[in-house]
Formats: sequence, structure tokens, C-alpha cells
Amino acid sequence: MADTRSRLSSVRTPATTGTAVLDVRDLRTQFFTDAGIVRAVDGVTFSVAAGETLGIVGESGSGKSVTALSLMRLLDEPARIVGGEVRFQGRDVLAMNPDELRALRGDGVAMVFQDPMTSLNPVLRIARQLVETMRAHGRFSDEQATARAISLLGRMGITAPERAINSYPHQFSGGMRQRVMLAMGFSNEPALLIADEPTTALDVTIQAQILDLIVELNRDFGAAIILISHALGVIANVCRRVIVMYAGEVVEEGPTEQVLADPRHPYTWALINAVPRIDRHLPGTRRLTTIEGAPPDPLGIPSGCRFAPRCPFRIAKCDEHPALLDLAPGRKARCWVTQSGEPLPPPMAAQTATAVSTAVPKPSETAIAEPLLKVRGLVKHFPLPRDGLFGPKKVVRAVGGVDLDVIEGETVGVVGESGCGKSTFARLVVRIHEPTAGSIRFAGQEIADASAAVIRPLRRRMQMVFQDPYASLNPRMTVGDILSEPIRFHGLTESARETAERVEELLAAVGLNPKMAIRYPHEFSGGQRQRISIARALALKPEFIIADEPISSLDVNIQAQIINLLIDLQERFRLTYLFIAHDLAVVRHISDRIAVFYLGKVMEIAPAEDLFKASLHPYTRYLISAVPIPDADAERSRARLPLAGEPPSAIDPPSGCCFRTRCPIAKPICAEVTPPLAMLRSDHLAACHFPGQF
Amino acid sequence: MSRYILSRLVLAVVMALLATLVIFLLANTVPGDPVLAQLGDLAASNKEFVAEWRAKWGLDLPLWQRYVIFLQQLLHGDLGISISSQRPVLQDIRDFAPATLELASIAFLLSLVVGIPLGIMAAMRRDSWIDHLARLISLIGVSSPTFWLAFIMLALFYGGLQIAPGPGRIDAIALPPTSVTGLYLIDSALGGDWDTFRDAAAHLVLPSIVLAAATLGLITRTTRASMLESMQQDYVRVARAKGIRERRIVIGHILPNALIPVVTLGGLAYANLLTGAVLTETIFSWPGLGRYTFRSAVTLDFPAIMGITLIVAVVYLFINLLIDISYALLDPRVVR
Repeated sequence: MADTRSRLSSVRTPATTGTAVLDVRDLRTQFFTDAGIVRAVDGVTFSVAAGETLGIVGESGSGKSVTALSLMRLLDEPARIVGGEVRFQGRDVLAMNPDELRALRGDGVAMVFQDPMTSLNPVLRIARQLVETMRAHGRFSDEQATARAISLLGRMGITAPERAINSYPHQFSGGMRQRVMLAMGFSNEPALLIADEPTTALDVTIQAQILDLIVELNRDFGAAIILISHALGVIANVCRRVIVMYAGEVVEEGPTEQVLADPRHPYTWALINAVPRIDRHLPGTRRLTTIEGAPPDPLGIPSGCRFAPRCPFRIAKCDEHPALLDLAPGRKARCWVTQSGEPLPPPMAAQTATAVSTAVPKPSETAIAEPLLKVRGLVKHFPLPRDGLFGPKKVVRAVGGVDLDVIEGETVGVVGESGCGKSTFARLVVRIHEPTAGSIRFAGQEIADASAAVIRPLRRRMQMVFQDPYASLNPRMTVGDILSEPIRFHGLTESARETAERVEELLAAVGLNPKMAIRYPHEFSGGQRQRISIARALALKPEFIIADEPISSLDVNIQAQIINLLIDLQERFRLTYLFIAHDLAVVRHISDRIAVFYLGKVMEIAPAEDLFKASLHPYTRYLISAVPIPDADAERSRARLPLAGEPPSAIDPPSGCCFRTRCPIAKPICAEVTPPLAMLRSDHLAACHFPGQF
Repeated sequence: MSRYILSRLVLAVVMALLATLVIFLLANTVPGDPVLAQLGDLAASNKEFVAEWRAKWGLDLPLWQRYVIFLQQLLHGDLGISISSQRPVLQDIRDFAPATLELASIAFLLSLVVGIPLGIMAAMRRDSWIDHLARLISLIGVSSPTFWLAFIMLALFYGGLQIAPGPGRIDAIALPPTSVTGLYLIDSALGGDWDTFRDAAAHLVLPSIVLAAATLGLITRTTRASMLESMQQDYVRVARAKGIRERRIVIGHILPNALIPVVTLGGLAYANLLTGAVLTETIFSWPGLGRYTFRSAVTLDFPAIMGITLIVAVVYLFINLLIDISYALLDPRVVR
């Protein structure tokens, strides 16, 4: 506690503007679109002290990225900064002429963007892109800049920087590229680094590496950091102070740990409670706390409190627009409800009494029966184009021998980082891909090498939900057509009228208005589209649903809504799920059992709770440890296991245990003998020579 | 890199061999009897004479044997004897090619020198007058038929305004420069004969503009579109956030990416100019390959047709090879 207090006092409040490196007052940025003016950033005020770490959190469309771009005036038409003040070290950024602005960018203020794959120019060597940043501000000569670029790359954790600097971006992985971007950001020793979702495109273990690096850089270089993210866990990891944005406004501001432990704006409260946490016991009900609706239409923002239409704590006064009011030193919230100083209630008390009895048959009850899905030795190799005419034949070993059972009524989660073969596995199970070898038995029938005619009737019984709700719905078909197509194709209904009734039923089942059948996909939001995808999967009344990253492109509150929907549907229709995701907290929340994939192989399979409490495989432990927890105290108290390096190539995987190249307890035997996936405890399997010894 | 080039080279050779086969088969299976095309009615009615004539040209041998002979001769640089000119086809081509090479190269340079900067400026100042001008030029260039454009140009600048010389490579009464390369501009410059140089250059103006029009339009349009796409890329915003000067961003970041598709298009357009100038050459009485092609086609001069087709195939393969290599130089992602 004493520790907490000392840390609290070290948090600089905006009152000390004398030391502020950045001071933003009433910033207003608007998009002048054909449909009207979008007030993307609508009166945002905050400041950042020298060396401070500030997080900006909010869902897509909240205005957080536009704020970041406005700070450096990097927005293009039709976006315009229409008012307010941005002062960097006392100088008015909005009044600068192009030359002054250019001198500021990359020098006093540097920026790191979300997608490292597209942030580097593909046709220029890393060296040139780093050196030009330093040369542009005339601080270093060519030789100095090159030497400094090499030392910075080394500092960012890139091995053999002398060689790496002469590479092209495509020779680097996403994580490495983000390290290059950070080296670029720090090359002129900026007073402020703005990082806009710097880890969103990265895998969780790589994210952990990059976040650790950002914390170190803040400490060693003394640059203030603004970290923008949709994930509270990421912010909690890095930032001392956080501001929460909603519909273009700051709705809450305060020290991160206080805001996370005791949110004073209902939106922050909703954000925190919508996210399942990997460090908490599962509550009695598996439903997550969600708020209704979606953020307001940016063209028609309500005149009162912008969150009021969705707010579970709404009072009469909320028709009036609240100001960002002080609650305590350094704590502000834009809310009438908490103005009196009362904290918001814990989520369970506020939740509407829709707790459904959890009548899901647990795997233990049905374990005797033959599994609904039984996969043995499943292998998938993708051939690569030859390297020139005479190059050797190469294959990507996407799935390298997977054994997995899914018992009727249970949910099996599959987790792993990108490239681990989890999506390929899902596609193999529904035979979108042709397996190279192995056996897939579905409902007692072998389908690995069955003909299309044999599979067709089985397709009715297993359906897939895809990741991208934008790409997986045909934009030229109405929702009604999309849903009725499979029904008609399989001849499930007798008449057009019956089909229409079934479509309405489906829409109602996924929580959409049945009248929406006449609309086209583009008229729906991402969350609604994913509901349509789920409805389509349900159209054939399947028993088994394979969901491939069904929520990863959605905002957290929408994620929670979809998870709740999946849980409800499972209870209602007695569905069996194979749930593929990279988000461990979500997988843990929804799954009965979890399989951990690495490089096309299963490392560990265990009941969800067991896996998180007592994992046996070193990789699982690393993976769990890498997940950021949206709780500053929890973040500090747990030991972070830094998993160095990146997964090896699936073209030429390591011999023996494929994790051995990164494993801290690897012994010579691990290179020689592939450890089998062995039952080590009841229902707990791991593929490791030294299970539980790490 | 060298392995990449080697594999492309081998591929080009294989393709060339395939081209010879296709050319040979096409020429030998198309309907149309060279006997009837070449011999007069009287000679064609004389069976003995026809048989003798067939034997002389090897037309009585089986197809595969003729192909083997064809290949053997090719390897010795022998494309056969033109039936109508009675001279080796290679020599004919050697005589006609320089005129086409000169015209096509000037036209190609013209379309690059005008098209690329115009496309760049149009993209940089989108929706300004220069953008509208660029779009107008490319629209006219792409959509006006060559023969129409050629007649308009001739009528206007030669017939009407009389500021351009008429058809031909050089004034009818002037002597061509001493042949070194066969390219009049280079030959006359080498000989220090500046009057002839000016004369040859003036004669090139109209036909090269006509020939360049379509290519210029395509290159302008592609450059513009490709620039606009590159300007939208994240790395441009990153470069701006690094405080790089706007000029440097355009030259150092946008252009290298934007020019990649232009290289492909440009290469293919050059090959097209070299081999497809039939109309322009005919209208401007240009003694080039296009006219030779036309003449050979109407007389069913099979050795000449095969020779030209082979040359066209080789030109395309060679330029494709150049495109592949320059691609590898421009885009590091091509060579792993």
C-alpha cells in the first residue's frame, strides 16, 4: 500500500503545466464528408508531463487515432482541425508553418503506427529509412547516423544489427518491423513518442516483447509516451495515467490503476467488465457484462450525455451534456451519476436478471460416448512455388499431425499465435482444405478422404463462422437471401413462405430484427454482421459449429455481446463448438477444454481452468504470461515470463520438439525425439519431455 | 540475383523454342497454297513445273522433317529466302528493321518523357487543371484510331500549315547518310552531316507522335493511378511523420513504388511499338518492318512471314526478360 501511495504522488497532474511537454486544449477535428460534418474529435483536453506515460483508450470511432494524428497535423482532407490548441513544449503546433511543422515531426515528436507491415517502404533498405530520419533533422552526419542506426537496432533487440540494417522490410517479421519503427521513433531522441495501437497487429508473445521494450525506452530515454489502444490490458502494462474516449470526447481521466479498479464513468465501467480476464475465476454464469447498442452515429450525436442511450445507470439529468468534472486530484469524469463521488456498482449487481441456468452438459457427463469429432494424425502441407526453375520443392507444414477430440455439447478452444495452423485446422475439419494425411471422423463417419457427395449431407451438421464479417457476406445479396440460400440448397423447407419464416426465426435467434431480412450487409455494423454470419451457420440446424476467430475484428463490448450470444445459442440448440481464437482470455472464458497449438502441432490439451492454473507445457506458460491484464496491480504482482525470439519457419520446422528452439528447459533429447501428446493427468495432455518442470 | 536472372533466361530460351514450333506449324497448316500465290495461272497448271517448284522449296517433305531443317537453318541465322524478293529473309529484315527501330524508339522515348512527368503531376495536383489536361491527353491518345490521327496530322501540319515534312524517312531528293547502324539520326550524326540529321529528325516528328499517342495515354494514366495509390500508403504518412521534406517523399518514397507497374507497361508498350507499326508506317511511307510484314502477308510469302513472326516473338521475349530483370532491381520482394 505504501508502494501504491508513493507511486500515486509521483503521477503528475495536469495542473503542473510548467513541465508539460504537450498541452492540448479543446481540440476539435472534423471530417467534412458528403453526408455531413463528423465531429471526430470534439473538444479534447489533456496534457502530458515530461517523461510521463499516458494511455488513450476507446473503441473504434471514439476519436483516439484522429486525436493522435491531429497532434502532429498528419490528417488529410476531408479532415480539418477546426479549433483548439496543441502546444508542444510551449509552442503552438496548430499555428506552425509547413517548415516548422516538418522540423517538429520526427524530431521533437515521433510516432509509431499500428501496422508495421505497411509502415515501412517496401523498396527501400532499413538503413536508408533509418538514416533519412536522422538526416532530415540535420543532427547527424551520414556516418554518425548509420552508426547510430545500428546501435539503435541493437538496442531494440534486433540480432546482428550490422547485417539487419541492410535488409529490406519484407525480410523481417511484423514484430521485428515494429522494433525498426521504434528505432526510427527514438532516433532523434524525441521528447514525446506517440504510439497508435503499436501492438494490435502482433501476436500476444510479440506484443509482450514490444510493450516491455516501450516501458524500457520510456525509462532509459526519458521520452514521454502517449499509447493509444483499444485494450485496457495493454494500457495497464505501460501507462501511469489514462484517458478514456467515447464519441469524440474524453469521458474519464485518471491514474491507470485507479481508473481500472474504480471506474467513474459508466462507459469505462462497461469496457472493463466486457473483457474476460485470465487471472479471475470464472463466475457462476458465463455471460459477460455488456452494454446495449452501439456508439452514436457520428452524424447524429445526442445533445445530452453521449453515452446516455446505452448507459445502465442513466438518470433524468443525463439529457443535459455533462462537462469533464474533477472528482479528486487528477481524476475526472464526464458523468452526472458519479459526480457526487459515489463509485459505480460491481457488474453483477447491475446486470439484468437474465442469468440463464447453465444446463450445458459437461464433458465429464458424456465422456463415455464416441466423440462427435475425432481427429487423428491430421497433416496439411501447402506446396510453395519453386524458387526459380531449379529450386527445390518446398512445402509449408501448416498442420503437422494433430490429434483432437470434440465431445458432443462441449466447447473446445484452439489457441495459438498466427501461423500455428489453427485456422488451417478448422478449414480441414470442414474439408474446405484437402488433408494431406490423417483421419477426421465426424459423427462416426470418416471424412478425411470422403468424396464431396458423402460430405454434403454432413455439411448440414457442421457449419463454420468466419473471422471477417465484412468479407464473408456477399455484398450483393440481401440478408434474407444469404440466410435462405443454404436452406433452399439443402431442401429443408417445403415452400417459399416456410423459408421466409425460417429466416425470420434465425434473425430473431441471433438478436436481430426479423424485418431486416430485406436489407443488404453494408447496412449493418461489424457486430450485426457477425450475428448474420452466425445465423447463416445456424440455418441448417447444425450440431457442430466451427468458429474461426469470430470476434477478433470486433470492439470489446461487441465481442462480449457475441460471446454471450454464442453461449445462449449453445444452451438453446445444444451446439458443440470448436472455437478458434488468439485471445486467451476469451478462449478460457468460453471453452470447456483448450488445445494449445504451436507450429502446426498440439502442445497441450486440458480443461480450461486446469490449463490456466497448472499448465504442463512451457509454451503454454509463456503464452498465458504474455497476456496483458487490465489491472495495474495484477500486472505488477505477477512475474512476466519473457519469451524471446519468434516462431521458426513452418517450411523447415525444428527436429524433435518444435518448441525446443525457444524452450528454456530444452535438453538434447528434445532435438532427437518428438515428444508424444501424452495423458499426464486426468483429461490433461501435453507434448513435452519434461512436463511441468518449467 | 544471378540465379534469378539465369532462370528467367532459361525460361526465355524455352519459350523461344516453343515459338519456333508454333510459328512453323501455323505457317504450314494455314489454308492458302503458296503455289497459287506465287506462280502464275499458266505455271500453276503445269503439274511437272509445280512439282519441281515444290521440291525446290522443300514443300514436298514431311512436316517434321521440314521443322528440323527449319531449326537447323535458324541456328545458322538462315531464315530462308523470301519468295517474293528472292533475297534472304534475314537480309530483308536487316534492311527494314532500322527504320522501325528508329521510329519506335523515338515514339517510346516521347511517351515516357511526356507521360511519366504528366502522370506524376496529375496525381500530385489531383483535380487541378493539369490533372484534367492529363486525363484529356490520355483519353485522346488511347481512343483515337491511328489511321485517323495520322491523316489529321498529315493534313494539318504537312498539307495545311506546311511546317512538317511529308511522308518518308528523308526528303525524296536527299541522299540517305552512309549506313553504319541504319538509324539515320545516328548515322548522320556520326558522319557530321547535320543537314541530313535535321531532315531525318523533322521527318520523324509526325509519325512518332502518331505512333506514341496510344502509348503516351496509357503511360500517363498508369503513372497517375499508380502514384495515387502509392500516395495513400502508410509508409508515406510515416515518412511525413518523420519530418521528411515533401519533395524527398515524392522522389524517394512514392516514385520508386509507383514506377513498378509503369515498367511492366512501358516494356510491353515498347515491344508493341517495335512490332505493331503497320498502319503508321504505311501512311507515312515508312520503309520499316510494318510495311514489310504487310507486303509479305498479302503475297503469302511464308519464309518472310515466319521470319518476321520469329523476330516479333524474340523481341517480346527479350523485352520481357528486361522487364523481369528491372523488376528485380526495382522491387526487392521479387528476388527472395
